[in-house]
Amino acid sequence: MAHFPKPAEGSWTEHFGLATADSSYEDSINPEYYDAEREAIFKRTWLNVGRVEQLPRKGTYFTKELDAAYTSVIVVKGMDDTVRAFHNICRHRGNKLVWQDFPGEETAGACRQFTCKYHGWRYDLEGALTFVQQRDEFFDLDMSEYGLVPVRCEVWEGFIFVNFDPDAPALDEYLGKYGEGLKGYPFGEMTQVHKYRAEIGANWKLFIDAFMEFYHAPVLHAKQAVDEESRKLQEHGFEALHYGVDGPHAVITSWGGMAPPKDERMVKPIERVLRSGLFGPWDTPDVPGLADEDLPPAINESGHRAWGVDSFLFFPNFMILTWRPGWVLTYHYWPTSYNTHVFEGACYFVPPKNAFERLSQELAVVTFKEYALQDGNTLEATQRMIQSRAVENFPLCDQEVIIRHLHTTVKNYVDDHRDGASETPVRVSAAS
Amino acid sequence: MPTLPEAFADLEPFADWILPSEYDRYEKRVSSTQDELQAFYDAAFPRLQESTDYLKSVSMDGISEEDQNLLWLFCSLVTVSFPVEVWRQPRVPESGASTFDVYVEPRP
Repeated sequence: MAHFPKPAEGSWTEHFGLATADSSYEDSINPEYYDAEREAIFKRTWLNVGRVEQLPRKGTYFTKELDAAYTSVIVVKGMDDTVRAFHNICRHRGNKLVWQDFPGEETAGACRQFTCKYHGWRYDLEGALTFVQQRDEFFDLDMSEYGLVPVRCEVWEGFIFVNFDPDAPALDEYLGKYGEGLKGYPFGEMTQVHKYRAEIGANWKLFIDAFMEFYHAPVLHAKQAVDEESRKLQEHGFEALHYGVDGPHAVITSWGGMAPPKDERMVKPIERVLRSGLFGPWDTPDVPGLADEDLPPAINESGHRAWGVDSFLFFPNFMILTWRPGWVLTYHYWPTSYNTHVFEGACYFVPPKNAFERLSQELAVVTFKEYALQDGNTLEATQRMIQSRAVENFPLCDQEVIIRHLHTTVKNYVDDHRDGASETPVRVSAAS
Repeated sequence: MPTLPEAFADLEPFADWILPSEYDRYEKRVSSTQDELQAFYDAAFPRLQESTDYLKSVSMDGISEEDQNLLWLFCSLVTVSFPVEVWRQPRVPESGASTFDVYVEPRP
């Protein structure tokens, strides 16, 4: 029985014009399909690689490994305070320019220039080649032709994105209705950050599937709640308040009755004492922009009074969760092969004023961690069995509508790219 | 050995739970027995319950070393609360050997 209204068509799935037939997961178990995704999606869409707070001063930088796009990038704040991105490769012999001890790992720091570990070529923060060891030994070397190779880099609400396609639309246009509708949310006030990472033995889309439906939550996470509450949650099952789709992007708006709970017996003793839990600290911090009436229009877009959290999926691999009590969770899914990826989860809070608030935030963070451990482990169990191909078609319910949308979107990108042309993106020219 | 504010001296026997990183707090939990977790919880939880006003009075700006130690100890209590209050085992059910490790965290 539906507790919340559905669109006139009778289901969200039909409302968005998606098929209701069984789905195949061939797109998640086939190495060749993954290669096609790398070309059609990860080399052509805007990828969020970090936030501006990671670059507090001129010369601060971080690197980001982007296996799915066959590269690593350096993101740096220049002397003009502009954030730029470059392929992390020295123009001399192709060595990785910025790394510490382990070539495959990410790093961050501050510098006045980048110096290659191999032969000492140097580049300024804007990417220009400034020094060549024994320059006279080279043949007509025009240093202005050998700057770092730039990558398109744009910032939305403090989130830094890169794109390897010179023909892609601007970031604002790409992020569409939800990008526009989240503008003004006080992300910049939430500078207290906890970041977690896991290597997951499953295709990147399977984890998005898990986080873009909550149908699983009362079952897989049953043991996270006190017994009586857990039974109630399973009896009710899960229904979203609202689903939204805008081009390749999507949102789920979900119930949030646990922050604070109607009856404190619904939650664990530690949650009662620290006034916090999975939905975050119950008390909204005192910063502008977090009161219900001040929130931008993409938040709780259906205006439901039971609103608790919005889960935005910015295609392909970036999720932002805006929680009613006033904090943010982000997810990134970085593919490393057809059946592995690196999952990153980050919690953003307004800095705690006192030790009690710090502990409330800690409880929200580690609760999230425990849920993620269960989710990650279950995904490996799914990947193993869908790879058997013993079953090839799977029914999806209306609460799994965004899974259909994601896999359909991926298919559209891959098909369009195959139909359009087989060429790789036009190489951007060197920095001047 | 790190020290706690004087009013919390009774928790000194659990000073090995004063750990500044969530990574270490979690590792200590999963390498402890359920009895060890229960003993720490039984000693520390009532003290947390009666100290919320005190904790609200401890500003994060310029927090003293003793209060910081108390904060880390109570962060460990948060970490051990799940096995004690719900699961009766150090790891969350259905998590097998999976990991989810912190790589950026506030200090404190």
